[in-house]
Amino acid sequence: MRLLSASETRIGVIGALGLASVAMLPLLDQGYTLTLTVNIMLYVVLCTAWALFSGPTHYISLATAAFYGLGTYAVALGIDILPFPLLVLIGALVAGVVAGLVGVATLRLSGVYFVIFTLGLAELIRQVVTWLQSEMGSSLGLYVLTDLREQHLLWMLTGMAALVYVAGWLINRSRLGFAMRIIGNDETVARHVGIDTALAKVVLFIISGTIIGAVGAILAPRYSYITPTGAFNSMISFQVVIMALLGGVHRLWGPLLGVIPFTILFDQVSSRFPNHTSLVVGLAFIAIVYLLPRGVLGFFADLASLRRRFRIVLVEDGKAVP
Amino acid sequence: MSIIITGLLLGGTYALIAVGLTLQYGVARIMNLANGENLVFACFMALWLFSTFGINPVFGIVLIAPASFVLSWAIYRFGLKPLVNRAKSRGQLEVDSILVTFGLMFAFQGLMLLVFGGRDQTYHFLDMAVPILGQNYGLNRVVAFVAAALIAGLLYMFLYRTRYGTAIRAVAVDPVSARLVAVDVPRASAFAFALGGALTAAAGALLSSYYTFNAAMGVTFTMKALIIVIMGGVGDIRGAIIAALLLGLAETAVASLIDPGLTIAATYALFVLVLLIRPQGIFGRRVS
Repeated sequence: MRLLSASETRIGVIGALGLASVAMLPLLDQGYTLTLTVNIMLYVVLCTAWALFSGPTHYISLATAAFYGLGTYAVALGIDILPFPLLVLIGALVAGVVAGLVGVATLRLSGVYFVIFTLGLAELIRQVVTWLQSEMGSSLGLYVLTDLREQHLLWMLTGMAALVYVAGWLINRSRLGFAMRIIGNDETVARHVGIDTALAKVVLFIISGTIIGAVGAILAPRYSYITPTGAFNSMISFQVVIMALLGGVHRLWGPLLGVIPFTILFDQVSSRFPNHTSLVVGLAFIAIVYLLPRGVLGFFADLASLRRRFRIVLVEDGKAVP
Repeated sequence: MSIIITGLLLGGTYALIAVGLTLQYGVARIMNLANGENLVFACFMALWLFSTFGINPVFGIVLIAPASFVLSWAIYRFGLKPLVNRAKSRGQLEVDSILVTFGLMFAFQGLMLLVFGGRDQTYHFLDMAVPILGQNYGLNRVVAFVAAALIAGLLYMFLYRTRYGTAIRAVAVDPVSARLVAVDVPRASAFAFALGGALTAAAGALLSSYYTFNAAMGVTFTMKALIIVIMGGVGDIRGAIIAALLLGLAETAVASLIDPGLTIAATYALFVLVLLIRPQGIFGRRVS
């Protein structure tokens, strides 16, 4: 592997400082700001993991809630028997395996099949889990009682954020990342130059699903009482898609630009107008597709290229006029 | 035996929803994730017409379907046409239309929750038993099935026996070539999208006469309809009808033999089978 370039080192240092300052927050505030920051970090990790797969492939995954719920549920089922870190690992693995199965079934085919399959995946798993629980005669609600508090969740999520950024960066410079860029530009070309497109997509989907599963497991202590309906809440899938698209999925740090404003907006809406949340989510979705088809990131990129072109025109005019 | 008949009766309504969706996806090339909301809206309309004016839901279709036709046409013309024009490729349009109809789905669902509330709704229409082959079935279900079959028959006549129906099928096969034989593709697409919405609304009116509905159930029906469309082969009416009846059977069998809480699992089992064995659908052609 080649050494880091100057700009990579700079981004790395800035990123590390940013994450470190987020991790210091509990020293200053233990109330609303901390809760909000945990939410932001939660969606930063989820959206970035989502964009790892959906960014280059343009396949819209609505399976986030399913993976997230599997992670949460792994913790809920095992909290009395096994230590928490091991359960996070198990949650991640289970989500990864499910992602692999879904990927193998659908990613050989066109993207529509994948969207439809993931649309109902959380609901499917919720039904199966409910059924299994009632067959085994256990109660539907499970308690997760730990001494982990918001600040511990924040630290774990910060760790996950570091992990997902490093993973994304490593993937980008690996053969897999290169293959994904070709697939994203033209799948037929990718197949003709000898890339196993289905395998590449499945691998990336597994990575993305594993991370989301781990996040679901980490957040389990926050809910304390876990039911199938609560754990497999498909709203998470939709929120992740909308935030990632708002930010822009063509850069690793793009989703961040969408997560921060949307989490704050959604927090305000759900506390002031709790009955209007789906309406707001819907309208935000429509607005983004029409007004910001490439996200905030794409908008700024367009602006920059417009300015550059404008400057070139000015220079040419200057030459033309003696 | 009772499973087969109940399953077929349920499948009749599914068929109408799926035929609506396959027109929208197969002809207008819009994968309409908000189709289920259209269905739920029709359910509430039928309830309102029935409880306020005493209008029978089967005749209520005469009012509900045209209303939905106009609404769907407006959504296509003002909401989706700009995306069709903007899209550089079929894939781009697919992503954009999925996202926009997704937004529409949430917006409509939010509106209906605000206006009608989140409660389960039901009303009593033809709530009596009819014996078929020694078993009793709800008359409302039988009437809904017959009405669905009639509407599907009319649609079949339109698509396969009239000039404009043939034009619409031509767009479904190949929108570029259809223009060469002087089919107004944008107009046919808008018409098919609106007609699809009207058919789904008709299905909603029928469904409401025997099914307990609520404002949030649209997504489940959208998903089932999408799976039926894929099972039948995109854009194929006959395939959609057969797949819908199969799904009705599978769901009823699972609900009565294993557990009523596993209907989605039954849907998915069928879906996975189709994906593994025949991804182009029962009547679909293999695309290279």
